Amino acid sequence: MKSSNWFSSWFNAWYIGISLGCFILAAPIGLVFVSVFFPQAQIWQHLYSTVLTDYIVNSLALAFGVGALVILIGTALAWCIARYEFIGRRPLQWLILLPMAMPAYIIAYTYTGLLDFAGPVQTLLRETFEWQYGDYYFPNIRSLSGAIIMLSLVLYPYVYMLAKTAFSEQPASLEEASRSLGVSSSQHLFKVVLPLARPAILMGAALAMMEAFADYGTVQYFGLSTFTTGIFRTWFGLGNGIAAAQLAAMLTGFVVLLLIIEYLSRRKIRYYFQGQKAQQVKRQKLTGSKAFWVPFVCVIPVFFGFILPVLQLFSWASKTYAKQLNSDFGLLLWNSFYLAALAAITAVTLALLFAYGKRLNPIKPIRLLVSIVSLGYAVPGTVIAIGAMISLSWIDIKINMFTEAWFDVSVGLVLSGSLFALILVYSSRFLAVAMHNIDTGLARVKPSMDDAARSLGHKPLQILRTVHVPLMKTSVLSALLLVFVDVLKELPATLILRPFNFNTLAVKAFELASDERLMDAALPALAIVSVGILPVILLTMLMDKPSKHSSQVN
Amino acid sequence: MLSLNNVSVAYQKTKAVEDVTFKLEVGQIGCLLGPSGCGKTSVLRAVAGFETLSQGQIFLRDKLVSAKNSHLEPEKRRVAVVFQDYALFPHLTVAQNIAFGLQGSSKIQKCERVTELLTLVGLPGYDSRYPHALSGGQQQRVALARAMAAKPDLLLLDEPFSSLDSELRDELAKELRVILKHEKTTALMVTHDQNEAFAMADVIGVMNQGRLLQWTDAYTLYHRPANRFVAKFVGDGVFLSATVDKDKKLNSGLGVFPVNSASGFKLGDKVVFLVRPDDIIHDDESETLAKVVDKSFQGSHILYQLEVQYVGRARVLCLALSHHDHQLNELIGIRLDFEHLIVFADNGDDL
Repeated sequence: MKSSNWFSSWFNAWYIGISLGCFILAAPIGLVFVSVFFPQAQIWQHLYSTVLTDYIVNSLALAFGVGALVILIGTALAWCIARYEFIGRRPLQWLILLPMAMPAYIIAYTYTGLLDFAGPVQTLLRETFEWQYGDYYFPNIRSLSGAIIMLSLVLYPYVYMLAKTAFSEQPASLEEASRSLGVSSSQHLFKVVLPLARPAILMGAALAMMEAFADYGTVQYFGLSTFTTGIFRTWFGLGNGIAAAQLAAMLTGFVVLLLIIEYLSRRKIRYYFQGQKAQQVKRQKLTGSKAFWVPFVCVIPVFFGFILPVLQLFSWASKTYAKQLNSDFGLLLWNSFYLAALAAITAVTLALLFAYGKRLNPIKPIRLLVSIVSLGYAVPGTVIAIGAMISLSWIDIKINMFTEAWFDVSVGLVLSGSLFALILVYSSRFLAVAMHNIDTGLARVKPSMDDAARSLGHKPLQILRTVHVPLMKTSVLSALLLVFVDVLKELPATLILRPFNFNTLAVKAFELASDERLMDAALPALAIVSVGILPVILLTMLMDKPSKHSSQVN
Repeated sequence: MLSLNNVSVAYQKTKAVEDVTFKLEVGQIGCLLGPSGCGKTSVLRAVAGFETLSQGQIFLRDKLVSAKNSHLEPEKRRVAVVFQDYALFPHLTVAQNIAFGLQGSSKIQKCERVTELLTLVGLPGYDSRYPHALSGGQQQRVALARAMAAKPDLLLLDEPFSSLDSELRDELAKELRVILKHEKTTALMVTHDQNEAFAMADVIGVMNQGRLLQWTDAYTLYHRPANRFVAKFVGDGVFLSATVDKDKKLNSGLGVFPVNSASGFKLGDKVVFLVRPDDIIHDDESETLAKVVDKSFQGSHILYQLEVQYVGRARVLCLALSHHDHQLNELIGIRLDFEHLIVFADNGDDL
């Protein structure tokens, strides 16, 4: 009797804790949707007659343009790396991932500096051919297609990684089956290889498109009207928070559609690859002219997506670092560091709580709650920030009314004006990143291990120390690192919610670039990029782990 | 239909198959039997065209398809393969999988052939299922149907029953033989399980260390093995050593047996002879006694392991009717009853 009482109260503690955590994390997003019930007829009339079409058309064009381009780049690269053996393939495997370290707004302003009228490229053209202004046509980088290219250059690794796994996991026997049934290699590509990899490719494209929907820095810098810039304008320009939230809800609607596509793809992948441990396809050794141009083609995306912009940033930074490396920059570094560290620790702690709660109480409501909260990664930072701002400032007003009435003091904006708001938004947005790693780690600790340790006389806390901590260490560390870097790169939510006079590297780089001080923006940008490389290295190490497949034929 | 001439296959420097020669007639079911790593799968893959030869030739319908410097692409050979892991295309339905190799035929023809094959393999109405929704046995039948759809000249089966439950195996092996005979398909399969080979094949080849040791029917393989490896690998049995005496007779502790005069053994030769469980008959009258060391009840029979009281206390197997139930360590009478004697020179050659 006593034990069942103990059990139910303990169960409730988990249940209440998880529900509360989920509620707090989901509240900002929920509020955005609640805003739909407070119609703002006048402002919508205005939006509808002026900019709404632009927002919709531009956002969709941007997302689908990016989707198409990343599929093209990512799939082609994945095919070459997974199926061909050539000189430089090994270093290329991780070089190709490097653009992930590059936030889109940084590559956008770097290319603007490179390709502008006064930039090195056009200057060189004019000098070589002795042209004057207006003598020649040069594509304008500050355009929708420019933004599509910029975003694609840094987002294609999503498709590359998933497609590469899909290509190399296809068992060799499938190709042999095709050929023994009289189907040639090229037919096999279109009838079997690509259809099989399609879910993985679409999943990668969906992730890239979510990022494209969420992008604020690039489109704002290029002066394009999309949902994200529209949300900022409606709030700060027209001063209508509710209408901004309603726009945000609409944007989220598009993202939810993508999520559904992604979910369906993921479900199919599970069916397509049910752990066949078959022999994998041998990579074909390239000879002749192919051996030359395949590595060449593979280098192009990483050259334009990483090498060239980083070189440009270095050349700018080398001219400005002397006057920039002062105590202000030190403060900037420190702000960015402790904000990101605080957010990473919070998100990983929450993820641990949710993951263990889910494991100890594998009941439907808890699993459902946890999986809803981990959808935060799909919601654009702008949207969560708007929701958080509205809800927290409402709570702040209530708190101040309370303290003024009872204690005759005003405590100020304790929630919406402090780092609390930022941490809340980061946790909500990046919880999924942490959860993914923690779940993988926890999956290694099989429930039977707990039982085994218990039967060998260990107490629960001892088990945590002797079994769980050693096994979970690496996943917790990588979760911390990934959230840390994501927070460091995050721009729109930080712009909206940062406390007065509080700057981070990302905000500073973006502000300087927006003021056309591209050279001054280079140093903070380089700092972000170099930290951003860390998770790429981590990822490479994980991918390089030797897969256990023998090449022995019976 | 299929003939291999001195075929060798090498991976980098290691030889997987050496000097394999055999022939398969139209409508015959052949089987390569051997322990894992003996090269049997490599032979199969060479016939399918997935591997090139380092030596020798392969002929299909009297046409050269593989030689050291010529190689017909697998898709042009009209040789279908049933893979060990079935290799069904996970994104296609059962019907689409079966119709995959039916290129150039009309929709109606494809549909008819698919229905016909599904009926043949006992899965009518499964057209629109996906492979992941099928059990292992069903997947295997679909793989078979897919391979047979385009009426290939030769069907290759790579360990076709290895991923199935042991109960399913025998049943499916018999069914498969009926299906192949019904379609008059020439087939070559590879297995390490002699029961499968016996159940399926017309001709069986035993392979070890890349070499084909014997290519013949099951009866000959069991009763007239070509060497010690074949004798040991096929069926149960124990080798006992003996000496050839002056009358060309085998003198062993269990008795004296005449040796076939054509065998060429001389006086004083050390030899071994094979004793199979069915050669030893349990006879309470017999004066030759052996101790029961182990026994396993097999329903109608009991398989005893006996320790012979002479010849260095050799251990032999004896299959006795199951109502002859003896206890461990009991001494029971046995009698040797050889239809014919299988004798090899005792030179430690275990290949």
